Amino acid sequence: MKLTQEEQSMLAGDMGEPKRWAIEHMSQVGAMFDAADLVPVSQAHMMADPESLGDACVEFLEDLASEPEEQRKVVIPMITDPRGVDLNYYRPLGQTEAMANLDRRTIAACEKLGILMTNTCVNYQTVMAPLKGDHVAFGDTGVVIYSNSILGARSNFEGGPSALAAGLTGRTPRYGLHLDENRRGTRRFKVHVQPRELTDWGILGAIVGRAAGSYWEVPVLEGIESVPTSDDMKHLGAAMASYGSTPLFHIVGITPEAPTLAAVGAADIAEVTEIFAADFDAVRSDFGGKGDKVDVVVFAAPQLSIVEMAMVADLVGERKVHQDTALIVCTSPTVAADSERFGFTGRIERAGGKVLQGTCFYQQYAREIGEANGWKRLLSNSAKIVNILGGYGYEPALASMQDCVASAVAGEIV
Amino acid sequence: MTELKCHKGIGSLVRGEALVASDNFSARYDLDRIKGVFSRPAHKLFGLSYVDKILVLNTSKGGVASAWMLHEMKSRGIAPKAILFNRANTILAQGAALAELAMCDRFEDGDITQLICTGDQLIVDPQAGLVRVERAS
Repeated sequence: MKLTQEEQSMLAGDMGEPKRWAIEHMSQVGAMFDAADLVPVSQAHMMADPESLGDACVEFLEDLASEPEEQRKVVIPMITDPRGVDLNYYRPLGQTEAMANLDRRTIAACEKLGILMTNTCVNYQTVMAPLKGDHVAFGDTGVVIYSNSILGARSNFEGGPSALAAGLTGRTPRYGLHLDENRRGTRRFKVHVQPRELTDWGILGAIVGRAAGSYWEVPVLEGIESVPTSDDMKHLGAAMASYGSTPLFHIVGITPEAPTLAAVGAADIAEVTEIFAADFDAVRSDFGGKGDKVDVVVFAAPQLSIVEMAMVADLVGERKVHQDTALIVCTSPTVAADSERFGFTGRIERAGGKVLQGTCFYQQYAREIGEANGWKRLLSNSAKIVNILGGYGYEPALASMQDCVASAVAGEIV
Repeated sequence: MTELKCHKGIGSLVRGEALVASDNFSARYDLDRIKGVFSRPAHKLFGLSYVDKILVLNTSKGGVASAWMLHEMKSRGIAPKAILFNRANTILAQGAALAELAMCDRFEDGDITQLICTGDQLIVDPQAGLVRVERAS
């Protein structure tokens, strides 16, 4: 990989250990993916929850944070994905002081590096959405697929270390989704049923993600008849990325790079995968059945927008959550403040639910809090979360937001 | 001994025993990282220990967490020795770089999950882009 004089100087350690490490890390990754050089990026977004980090990676961050101030600070706006602990509400979930302390240490180290602790996986709805053609280094697969597909920005999936390397240097290796040739469609899907609500969009994402099945495939969807909402696309993208490791999709006539099939180079692809109502039903039937008891109902993955918070609060109304069932809602700190102000949080919590801020359920020691609370049968409207939590000892089930709330009240799947 | 050529990978030369499946891989989705076993019921390696094995899998999937997790797992000695994929995604490559874990992908002779069997002894040389295979008897 070709380095500029300034980048070579960073690699030599002339500008301090953090930048030396960053260029060295990016050189290894860039070599594996045949990057020609580094590309300047305008923002970085880092996933760094304490469950993933453990002691070893927190120490790694602390080591960087102990370097001289002029050498350790990030050089572009850099923000964070959800935390693992809501420091205002962790003991009742069965989270330990050790978990909270690991998160406190992470926050302290990140702040010394100059990172803004936004703690959100919906930064494209709440912080600063990138523009079409904007090169960025984003973590959280849901953030990346939304930014690439819906906004036309350019990012690979950047794990925490690589997002940090980008923040410290303002660059990332130029490979994958930064290059035009990797943004062209590779698989065609024709959708014969119009998704009606958020879970339908998540299911469509699951179907396409499973079929595409690789980071290097770019699905192109046809047949979507009306312009979806940002929340619709949030659920579509998060599920597609979760089931397929997919970082980019196009919807013909809707997303910015795909005014036509030909515009994304997909007009010559003869094979088309048709998606019918039965395919949606097949995904639903993988997860749960009517009358099954529910231990915990979760709205998360991705964090809820203010519009979703309003929907949950309206659906809860004056009802009470069943005494044997918990209701957990995860949102970003900024949305949480608005939700509080608008009275949505009060309504959800008077019913017996709990709004957590700055966390996302599967990133907050899901296995341990499940064991501590006896939660096994979990219901959610997020196709992403039911995909993840099978590996964490849960029996996850999928339902619409409306049915999730009704099930929380009934204590069983309605 | 068979020699398989692949793209230049990440990390240094390692030797070890292969654990193979045609499934995909995510440290977050598929592993119990405390017990050191595959914990996702639907995974073909469910219940098996991955510790000190050379994992041979189709591709990497799922979220970005694996980029930290490989280093965290290695620090506790509960990590695989290396991972070979038909095709890696960016996250696992980045995680291998932080963890100094050997990782290779893009094999010239075809599907790596068919070319290597569980129990085979492997020598993985990422910098040379080579994997040597000694068939288990």
